[in-house]
Amino acid sequence: MSVATNTRRTWRFPGGLHMPDHKAMSLGSPIGTAPIPRQLILPLSQHIGAPAIPCVAVGDQVYRGQTVAEADGYVSAPIHASSSGRVVEIGPRLTAHPSGLKTECIVIETDGQDTPLPEPEWAPTPNYSELDPAELRQIVRRAGITGLGGAAFPSFIKLNPGPGSRIETLILNGAECEPYIACDQAVMAERAGEIIAGARLIQYAIGAPQCLIGIEDNKPDAITALQSVVADETGIEVVVLPTRYPQGGEKQLIQALTGKQVPSEGLPLDIGIVCHNVATAAAVWRAVVHAEPLISRVMTITGSAVAQPRNLQVRIGTPVADLIEYCGGYQDIGRLIMGGPMMGFALRSDEVPVVKATNCILAVPQEEIRPEEPAMPCIRCGACADDCPASLLPQQLYWYARDKDFEGAQKYNLFDCIECGVCAQVCPSHIPLVQYFRFAKTEIWKAEREKQQSDIARQRHEARKARLEKEAEEAEARRAAKRNKLSGGAQHEIEQALARAKAKKAATQATQTVESGEPQSAVQAAIARAKAASSAEATESEPAAAGGAAAIIARARSRAEGNQDAQPPQSAAAAAIARARAKGGEAPATKSTGSNSAADIIARARAKKEGGSASPTPTASASAPSASLSPAQQAIARARAASGNDDSPATAAKAAAQPETAAQSDAVVAQAIARARAARGAPVRPALAPGEVPAHPYFYSDSITSAAGGNDVVQQAIDNERRKRADQTTSKPALSPGEVPAPSSEEQP
Amino acid sequence: MQFRTASSPHLPVAPSVHALMRQVIYALLPGIAVAAWFFGWGILVNLLVACVAGLLTETAMLKLRGRPVARFTTDGSVLITAMLLSLAIPPLAPWWLTAFGTAFAVIFGKHLYGGLGYNPFNPAMLGYVALLISFPTEMTSWLPARTLAEAPPSLLTVLSFTFLGDLPAGVLHDALTGATPLDYTRTHLAQGHTLLESRESTAVWALGGPGWTWMSLAFLAGGLWMLWKGTIRWQIPAGLLGMLGLLALVFWAIDPDRFASPAFHWFSGASMIGAFFIATDPISASTTPRGRLVYGALIGLLTYVIRTWGGYADAIAFSVLLANLCVPLIDQYTQPRVYGSRRQP
Repeated sequence: MSVATNTRRTWRFPGGLHMPDHKAMSLGSPIGTAPIPRQLILPLSQHIGAPAIPCVAVGDQVYRGQTVAEADGYVSAPIHASSSGRVVEIGPRLTAHPSGLKTECIVIETDGQDTPLPEPEWAPTPNYSELDPAELRQIVRRAGITGLGGAAFPSFIKLNPGPGSRIETLILNGAECEPYIACDQAVMAERAGEIIAGARLIQYAIGAPQCLIGIEDNKPDAITALQSVVADETGIEVVVLPTRYPQGGEKQLIQALTGKQVPSEGLPLDIGIVCHNVATAAAVWRAVVHAEPLISRVMTITGSAVAQPRNLQVRIGTPVADLIEYCGGYQDIGRLIMGGPMMGFALRSDEVPVVKATNCILAVPQEEIRPEEPAMPCIRCGACADDCPASLLPQQLYWYARDKDFEGAQKYNLFDCIECGVCAQVCPSHIPLVQYFRFAKTEIWKAEREKQQSDIARQRHEARKARLEKEAEEAEARRAAKRNKLSGGAQHEIEQALARAKAKKAATQATQTVESGEPQSAVQAAIARAKAASSAEATESEPAAAGGAAAIIARARSRAEGNQDAQPPQSAAAAAIARARAKGGEAPATKSTGSNSAADIIARARAKKEGGSASPTPTASASAPSASLSPAQQAIARARAASGNDDSPATAAKAAAQPETAAQSDAVVAQAIARARAARGAPVRPALAPGEVPAHPYFYSDSITSAAGGNDVVQQAIDNERRKRADQTTSKPALSPGEVPAPSSEEQP
Repeated sequence: MQFRTASSPHLPVAPSVHALMRQVIYALLPGIAVAAWFFGWGILVNLLVACVAGLLTETAMLKLRGRPVARFTTDGSVLITAMLLSLAIPPLAPWWLTAFGTAFAVIFGKHLYGGLGYNPFNPAMLGYVALLISFPTEMTSWLPARTLAEAPPSLLTVLSFTFLGDLPAGVLHDALTGATPLDYTRTHLAQGHTLLESRESTAVWALGGPGWTWMSLAFLAGGLWMLWKGTIRWQIPAGLLGMLGLLALVFWAIDPDRFASPAFHWFSGASMIGAFFIATDPISASTTPRGRLVYGALIGLLTYVIRTWGGYADAIAFSVLLANLCVPLIDQYTQPRVYGSRRQP
């Protein structure tokens, strides 16, 4: 098995295993095509992130390539019909999920015609360089492409390096280190051209001058095929690596190819690297050039319990049983595994459908699998530590995890564990180490979420207390005013109003400090801006329309990234910034649709709900002094409301339904500015409800770079992204139904 | 179709604890054979007594502790403890001495701490030290190695002495026993002789003394086989022999009359069996790669110091136990640098 040698230096990651690869088993014949199944079962959550939202109804006729569920938020991916037919059910079905619970699926009864959409949902672009990177990302997003290596992270996000980051190297992961799995090898050998074209496209999209394709030396056919395509190209190189599991782990591959290590809890982006699977690159290219959404992928159906192991182009949503049947059925089946033998998980039933992340269906007889036996005690032999690719001390982690000393486990870098399974594989005591580590991670995250929730509850309680105090004070002020009026007469009216306003201001500032601990300067600036804005706007005839127009610009920006359906708080903030800038001088060029931009609505609703009594009252503008004060107060109130607590979208929508008076419009501007500032100064890690995917400015970086202080935002975004990564990694064992199991690293080895 | 599920990884497992322990036992066999050749039946009788006592104690303790008897008695760990201990007991020893030592090792060295995997000290060495302190006379009267002129005592002699406490008529205990080369050197040096003189006076100084050299070589061979099979890691033997050899070399270079050569230290006494079979007991040893090296070196250092300036002729047992005490500390400060972390090793 001799292959061309490298001209490039390679490195060795610590630990790892050399195992019999069993790949030849499925590589006897070229990639075949699995038949259209009678039923397609499309889980709404096939990717990391929020489950998609169905946009078809039961009974609808759908065509191949038609979007049947739309992405929900930024970290999400749409789902397309893999063939034509009729939607017969939208509801919970058994899917490949460790919990064994049913998850939401769209079930399509196929008609066998496989009729494509008459017109693709976006135009095919034979020459991708006609499009700018944002447009390419948009296409990749609409195509529903996720990482095909196994983790199923939405790919377009990794095509967006974000402002300020410089990508040096694109790494294509062709290592495919897990035994049995051979789908990437088959794709590389047979479709090298598509992969290289995809690599070029991604290089263009992320601005990476260099592309390295890492392949293990047990795939000579793939290496030859790719090398013949890249032979005379520059800036792209096939690098042959010695076969060692888990070479295909993102971090391990990066180290093997570049000698660099991804910082702990960091991203490859931090060292100027972006990593994609080889098959993902091909899918990206097909999406752009042929306008093909991700409706099928190549997967390996193998194992000695399958009659005819092979690699097949399979439609997403095909039940596993159909594939096994097509491959000649079972023979002496002991365990059915989705994924590889090291990281894949055992299926309870073969009625579950394959998803975008499914790279392998492995059927093995009982005698070829790990026997079910009680573990012996740890004899501290250290084999696990010797072979750990992350240089952890698994046996120490095991003691801590078993003892439920999660602090100790974290001290021993539990979260650097990529769950590759090497430690459990080499353990002579046959301790299921990975299971212990997953357990510990889950428990730690559970505890953190509980703490976050109690923090939120405490904040709410304190905010309420402050509000009640303020209301009491205001009532007192009103009574005093009444007394004055009775005694002093009409000439004191203005003074009374001033006093009232001052009392109010003092109260709001006091509560604001209590609640959010936000710097006073931001509020002061908001007041100043609000004053300026309101005086400037006095001359404008249609302030509300102007604000709406600016919001539309902001909306258009976010739509350029395709997230107009998301509308999380950050986009509202961006809209507000844009709006404020538009007020400052830019003439709104676009057609106005009134003041009801989504950002506006959310902002108002939020202020309304949180502010309670502090929300603007039209009567406040009756006298001259309070007219200049009231927008400021409102700004304070809203800034507080925005930074303090988060509303549920439902409440926001309800509140937004209430009519807004014209008198509020200038206050709205001030509030928006203040809130934008508040959003910038808000805690880096917003409190999240369990299962909620954190939305953060990183994902809106295209629209937010224009704002001053973009660096902070980016930093915050990176922090958030890290946290989210860790979150997704660790929530694996305790997935709620509707989530797809997420291996720890982006690309499954 | 429904299937049974289990957590990943799904591949057939690595060699079990049982298999590892069996490998250690196999690796001990050449050394035992050589020892039996040079020192006679006593070695084998001790071995048998220790194994029987060990298995009985193990079974009793497992029953008392309510643990699965079959699974743990077959894991081989108790046999290794018994074998290592029996090799440290003089070939002519009463059976109760061996049995007591083994039972002590199994009960106090292992089960009182929680059984396999939980003992902080090497059980065999704990048993040996208990015997050495309790029965110093019995524990220090070794037999001389076989020579052309003299064969080891017969099986009858050994059995008679071991189980009945009597020697056949006409056989004197003092005539049978003698000092080990380490003892001999020590005594001679204490009497003011130089090493050269003792060499001349005994003419047994090929490497570590007659018999002992070959025994050490056999244990070395077994150890190398275990290294090749991956049963043990290289760091502990390398650390131990390296440090022992280095210190011996330094002092030997300074004054060869007063200090024995590195070769003598390596091939005499329990150095080889200690480096490959005793110190490498994973349960009581350090577990980090660098920690193993430190742990081995510490044993080497202590061994040299005690042998040269201490109160005992050999010191592997004390050194191992002292190093066992340091294992948590060593582990704490020799953690490998985790992937991606900024902390330097």
